[in-house]
Amino acid sequence: MNTTWSRFNIASIVLGFAFLYLPIVLLIIFSFNASKLVTVWGGFSTKWYVSLFQNEALMDAAWVTIRVGVLSATFATILGTMAALALTRYTRFRGRVLFSGMVFAPLVMPEVITGLSLLLLFVAIGLDRGFLTVTLAHITFTMCFVAVVVQSRLVTFDRSLEEAAMDLGATPVRTFFAVTLPVILPAIVSGWMLAFTLSLDDLVIASFASGPGATTLPMKIYSQVRLGVTPEINAACTLLIAIVTVGVIAASIVNKRREVQRKLDEQAAQRG
Amino acid sequence: MKSLGSIRRSFAPWADPSAKPYIVFENITKRFGDFTAVNNLSLSIFEREFFALLGASGCGKSTLLRMLAGFEEPTSGRILLDGQDLRGIPPYKRPVNMMFQSYALFPHMTVEQNVAFGLKQDGMPKQEIDARVADMLKLVKLTQFAKRKPHQLSGGQRQRVALARSVAKRPKVLLLDEPLGALDKKLREETQFELMDLQQSLGLTFVVVTHDQEEAMTMADRIAILDKGEVMQVATPAEIYEAPVSQFVANFVGNVNMFEGKVKARNGEAATIVGGSGAEINVVNAGEAAAGKDVVFAIRPEKIKVSSKKPAGTNAMQGEIWDIAYLGDMTIFHVKLSDGQIVKAATMNSSRIAEDPLSWSDQAWISFEPNAGVVLSR
Repeated sequence: MNTTWSRFNIASIVLGFAFLYLPIVLLIIFSFNASKLVTVWGGFSTKWYVSLFQNEALMDAAWVTIRVGVLSATFATILGTMAALALTRYTRFRGRVLFSGMVFAPLVMPEVITGLSLLLLFVAIGLDRGFLTVTLAHITFTMCFVAVVVQSRLVTFDRSLEEAAMDLGATPVRTFFAVTLPVILPAIVSGWMLAFTLSLDDLVIASFASGPGATTLPMKIYSQVRLGVTPEINAACTLLIAIVTVGVIAASIVNKRREVQRKLDEQAAQRG
Repeated sequence: MKSLGSIRRSFAPWADPSAKPYIVFENITKRFGDFTAVNNLSLSIFEREFFALLGASGCGKSTLLRMLAGFEEPTSGRILLDGQDLRGIPPYKRPVNMMFQSYALFPHMTVEQNVAFGLKQDGMPKQEIDARVADMLKLVKLTQFAKRKPHQLSGGQRQRVALARSVAKRPKVLLLDEPLGALDKKLREETQFELMDLQQSLGLTFVVVTHDQEEAMTMADRIAILDKGEVMQVATPAEIYEAPVSQFVANFVGNVNMFEGKVKARNGEAATIVGGSGAEINVVNAGEAAAGKDVVFAIRPEKIKVSSKKPAGTNAMQGEIWDIAYLGDMTIFHVKLSDGQIVKAATMNSSRIAEDPLSWSDQAWISFEPNAGVVLSR
């Protein structure tokens, strides 16, 4: 392997990373700014974090976002898993093509259209917009992502595992909970996390589907920024970045460890 | 194991007309869309029998096994197990267990939990389960691996876990789908005998699906040869090999030489057959073939002698040594006859130096006894 780095390579890497991360780094730095002016450095301070936690409107929005995220991700995971099962298992049912098209359409549908059509639906059936409607909207648009993730796992799932369980006396229901579910659980968990993340940072659909009393964090931040960026918002965003980063790094370390352990085990088994 | 050997030798319920078969396939047909996997097939298997379904891939043998396990329902016909019609009974209520080709071990469970799975489904008390699992693991010599997960085991160990799991419930019938297919040759030979011992000691009925004729010949009491969803022959390994009923069976199991000819004359059971080159073959039993009928005379390579001088006796033909394959324990001669047919003859190398060395292009004679081959219809 070529280990000498040409200047061109170094330059392109530096520029690439700068392009990706400079805005985020700036945001993090200015969240520790003592000055109230966003773009003028006035010394180090953590006071914005303190005031962030005292800002009830922002904290309420964060709490709403988390509740919407957990609820919608959970329901989307259940529905998405069921859809994935139906699509991989019952390959010959009537209207399968239509069904799969409808399940996956939200993947490519512009969010504005999804949001607008949901809004029209809620108005038409007279559902008051609020916490419930945001959650429903998020279930609708994250479900297809879960279905995609779970389906890709089910395609490689060895059906003889289920046959073996039934052969050993387990009813279809027991087979599902004792064998199928544990085996595809990692995919279901990733599906849940994906749905949760999508719900956390959705602005467009939430703006359409939400009403008074159910403002999510992205909506709150967006509306505050329109009145002017405050260092408090920087602090909120830095916390979000920290949570996401820690989550991603932890997940990948756990995965890597498991992978390495598995390889070692397999080599040991082969040696006898 | 001496006593088991003698039990085995005297075990032949299929020859007893009063014996009641344990598993009966009655006019079974199975279609998948336009494809007929099994075509109007009937078959009887007896209790404690080691029965092999042998055939090339796509012959319907796995479908037959899956219908017995309950994963497929026959399109028509019925399957009886101990007199009970199995139609409509789901897999989890059938008293049969299956060992899968892929082993299908549950990857998220330890060896112990895998073996215990079936017992748990029956609601057996925990202590009994533990005792039974310990027994099973001892039987397959995996006691020290009880806490391992399947991916921490070698191929042979996984195979034994699958076996332990499938016999743990003491099923009436054990179905084995290519049980040794994923093992290497040496391990496969050892495991064949382990399976036979296990079947004898547990007194189970085994139905094994395989495409490996050697495996079927070694293990089975009887073999059913299948082709295109139909039974070609059901018989003991020796009968299949020595008295195949058709050219297909003769060709499928082992090596064979075929001589096309016509029955010239019959003398009771015996007959004389004239080959294409005019050579005459005398046989002691020509079966049903009447005089004047076109037939095929089939003979195994090891029943043909090769010599440099014209042998005494009736069935002898002259040719030229075309090819020699020295395999160590035996030598296979390819002898080209005057009409161009190449005949394979296998000779055991029972002494280290041949008395009558034959070499490429030598003139040679092949000969065989009148009872060495079979006459098949064409």
